[in-house]
Amino acid sequence: MSLGSIFDIAGSGMTAQSLRLNTTASNIANAETASSSTEQTYRARKPVFAAIQQSMLNPTQQGQAFGTDEGPGAGVRVEGIVESDAELQMRYEPDHPAANEEGYVFYPNVNVVEEMADMMSSSRSFQMNVDIMNSAKSMMQRILTLGQQ
Amino acid sequence: MAISLDKALGIHQHALEGRVKRAEVLANNLANADTPGYKARDIDFQAMMEKAQEGMNGFGMTRTHESHMDTSPMGQDSELLYRVPHQPSVDGNTVDAQQEQTRFMRNAMDYQASFQFLNGKVTGIKKALSGQ
Repeated sequence: MSLGSIFDIAGSGMTAQSLRLNTTASNIANAETASSSTEQTYRARKPVFAAIQQSMLNPTQQGQAFGTDEGPGAGVRVEGIVESDAELQMRYEPDHPAANEEGYVFYPNVNVVEEMADMMSSSRSFQMNVDIMNSAKSMMQRILTLGQQ
Repeated sequence: MAISLDKALGIHQHALEGRVKRAEVLANNLANADTPGYKARDIDFQAMMEKAQEGMNGFGMTRTHESHMDTSPMGQDSELLYRVPHQPSVDGNTVDAQQEQTRFMRNAMDYQASFQFLNGKVTGIKKALSGQ
């Protein structure tokens, strides 16, 4: 019975989405963190998702028959977090305590509108995974009642 | 006359197993709804059932070597196919979350139906065994 693996799959989805929500929160919190040089300025962070294939989980079965890309897959994983290399916002604010010699400060390349949309998308995806887990749970509970009056 | 429990349960045990497998594939699609380049997949349930029916008729092939192809109904995922996307997306992902969720729910309902049938069979056998 592979109902148990649905829990793993939905769980991996929830982990990935909550990490995405985490980066979004960090980006929005730091949207106005100014600094005096391009190196020190906060840059928007984005997680990179990748699908887990079952052959990655048990390498002993790898290459067996034609099973390189076969199998239903085993969820999603976060491959890493990348910093956006979009251009930083340079503003002329000579009164700012962090202003450099020419009077410029650097603001992060966080697009707040984009982050908000991202936030909604990830929370929806999270909810979807919770729904899947609930369905799998009721399916499993149902099978336990097999043969009962 | 020997009682074969395998035969007594009919196609329903295979159907239930197939439903579970499909639920797994659909859950995986939904978990990867935001993964760039991920291609949505699904199981050809009808083909799977036809295979199961063939296997029940007793003309199935046996595997005598581990590198033989598994032709059993729930064996190799030969019915695992890729979905044709309705609309292209920039990141190459072909998962339509709403559709997948609908399919998952429907699959769960079909699972319940299969379960009901299987449960009926089991209760019938139990009744027969108790001899009331």
